Amino acid sequence: MTSPRRHFAGCLLVVLLALAVVPKANAIPAFARKYGLRCSACHETWPILNNFGLKFRDNGYQLMNDRDAPIWQNPSYWPVTFRITPIWHRVSANTEVDTYTGVTAAAPYGASAVKSVESSGFDLSGLDFHTGGTLEKNISFYVLPSSDPTAAFHFETVMARFDNILGTSWLNLKMGRFELNNLLSEKRMVGLTAQGGIYQTYHYIPVGDANIFGQMGDNQLGLEYLGHSYNDRTRVSASLLSSNDGNVNLIMGSNSYSTFLTFDQGIDTGKLGVQRIGAYYWGGEAATYYRTSAGVAIPGSGIGNKGFYRVGFTGQLYLGPHFDLNVVTQHGSDNAWFGQGYGNAVNTNGNGATTCTAGIAPLTTSGCLPNNTPGTVLPVGSRAAIWNGYTFEARYVFNPQMIFIAHYDAERMSQQANGPGYTGLGPTGIAGPSPSSLGNINLWDVLFRYNPFMSSRAGMAIQPEFTVFQQTGTGPTNPVTGLGTTEHSSELLIALDFAF
Amino acid sequence: MRKESIPVSALIGVIAVIALSIASRAQVTTVQEQQWLNSPAATSHVHGLTGDAQRAAMNYRRYCVGCHGDLGDGNGEVAPWLDPTVSPGNFRPRDFTLGVFKCRSTPTGTLPTDEDLFDTIGRGLDRSNMPIWNQLTNQERADLVAWVKHYSPRWQSEKPGTPIQIPPEPQITPDRVKAGQDVFNRVQCWKCHGVQGMANGPSASTLQDDLGRTIAPYNFTAGDRPKCGKTDADLYKIFMTGLDGTPMPSFVDNIKPDEAWDLVFYLRSLEHPNKNNAKEHEIARQLGLKPVNPNP
Repeated sequence: MTSPRRHFAGCLLVVLLALAVVPKANAIPAFARKYGLRCSACHETWPILNNFGLKFRDNGYQLMNDRDAPIWQNPSYWPVTFRITPIWHRVSANTEVDTYTGVTAAAPYGASAVKSVESSGFDLSGLDFHTGGTLEKNISFYVLPSSDPTAAFHFETVMARFDNILGTSWLNLKMGRFELNNLLSEKRMVGLTAQGGIYQTYHYIPVGDANIFGQMGDNQLGLEYLGHSYNDRTRVSASLLSSNDGNVNLIMGSNSYSTFLTFDQGIDTGKLGVQRIGAYYWGGEAATYYRTSAGVAIPGSGIGNKGFYRVGFTGQLYLGPHFDLNVVTQHGSDNAWFGQGYGNAVNTNGNGATTCTAGIAPLTTSGCLPNNTPGTVLPVGSRAAIWNGYTFEARYVFNPQMIFIAHYDAERMSQQANGPGYTGLGPTGIAGPSPSSLGNINLWDVLFRYNPFMSSRAGMAIQPEFTVFQQTGTGPTNPVTGLGTTEHSSELLIALDFAF
Repeated sequence: MRKESIPVSALIGVIAVIALSIASRAQVTTVQEQQWLNSPAATSHVHGLTGDAQRAAMNYRRYCVGCHGDLGDGNGEVAPWLDPTVSPGNFRPRDFTLGVFKCRSTPTGTLPTDEDLFDTIGRGLDRSNMPIWNQLTNQERADLVAWVKHYSPRWQSEKPGTPIQIPPEPQITPDRVKAGQDVFNRVQCWKCHGVQGMANGPSASTLQDDLGRTIAPYNFTAGDRPKCGKTDADLYKIFMTGLDGTPMPSFVDNIKPDEAWDLVFYLRSLEHPNKNNAKEHEIARQLGLKPVNPNP
């Protein structure tokens, strides 16, 4: 190791050591400050909720101690928490790069080859302003303005809720933009890398499919009923959602709705803890045809609804105080129209596509998604896209200040939208039926999260993390075979995650 | 070469952090604590379960230590903010080392049963920062009972008291409600709780707990739940066993068991109306009960 490198390693070590013994911060996370409880009371490691935190949330952010209403709080209490995460990360992805060999006038960059492109450096997450609490006993709210790293803000969560209506914990309602009642919460996961920071199962969309409206990990706009037993062992919920993936202004998916249903049951298993198993179903419709004006799709005019569903099991299995395993399975299906890329013709929300300007655009037109205008027929061989997804997250809690997490996602196509008899160009530009494995995903993510201190005032975690992501057929095209290769990326990250 | 050196240096830092965090865990483990944890008193027996203090260490550190402290002396990091002199209406966390508990089924001055502590953990203490920990399994709660017991030497040398006998609850009648008011007047509950149960009796502002801290009497009319349970039997136990460590005495020598039920019915008639005391309120209305008059 050369001297500058040794210097870098030394500096990094000193910084980490200094942070490991950092004194108590003076800032105050909202709920911990209100109730004087440590982060660990509600969080396995913040922000992952434990069973007590889940009960607290289900009660409308109330301890139910007759001191929940704001009238009981010190007038200076301000229910706001800020969270931001400086990071250092090293990203690697296989990319088709020019080799500058065999340069000709017709090929000024020469040949190309698939190579791993790496980059590293210090970086920053966005900033979250969490504000929530009780407006009055059994009436609470949550507002989360969130920015990307460039400080462009949006409202991640905005909702008000009424709890214990008619004095029963079985009747609670909330309305607004909120996270679905996922037992394994993506909004509370601690993964921070680009791919390991989400559950792939919650966002999976088959290659070429344009149904963005079935992503369980995205906050959705709608109304949710939640009922739970007094000790929160039994939980049931039903949500009526707009099929717009949480986007405002009724631009996408207007005039279409979906329903998300969940049930889970906690089982007392003595020394092992509370085991929780459950199931969910998300079914609904979304528009595939947007009326046009001079050939241009009109936002908010969606009709021609087609169906989709997601269904699966959830499990939260505690094997004693130190180890727990979380499981989510999913069986998903999108109507054949979605499978052929219809359903998102007015996408202007930065998902990578742009509005088609006229009629039916071929899938191969870069960045342009088709509109199901009158007279449109599906190509021969089109069929529903069907897949299965599996998420496993194992956590080892060494103590409330230190946790190890390993997370694995597997997404497996069981039926491609371009089936036998399909002769057109597929989503990767290859004619004919799609390979059965196209779009399959494997993701491995391991991390270690250490809280140098544990208090009711602020939270800080030091988190090294490593993620490997693979998706079949979506990588750079092999210049020899003309086929898509397996997309392969990895990320090593060290973060200072703090909330105050 | 450069590609490899940065992750290696980062990993060195990670290993250092892990080593530090493991070392920090040792701060709360003492020889004394281990001796106590291994003593026979550091077990509990409740609902057919045997609680083991050793198993509760993780949950105590996760849920309890912030208020009750590493040493169980009620001096956790948030304790200063729960002091009623700093934050009126709050209560200091329980000091487990004293072995004195409010909510018991046992006579005043005695140790509570394991079931008493088990119930307190699961029920929480209303109007305080002690939450309802009923999301824990029964075994986890039994383990925490054992852990709580390991802090006080009283458990090494004393047995819990024998729970008081509670006779079956009689039918409520107008005569019983009226008789309950007479008991309320005779044993002078009004001195602290006020003639209408509004916690505004002549002694209310002078009350202090055993540690000299200001404490307020229970306000029956505020709609809150009594700290030690909301059933009629819980209410019966409160004034027949007293709330040790507070000015609320045991009236077991002053109130006969049958009279105790009369008092329960009268106290229910003072409470904020709810679905559980409608009958008592209706009887009090029909009787035209007026607040007691201490100076007739």
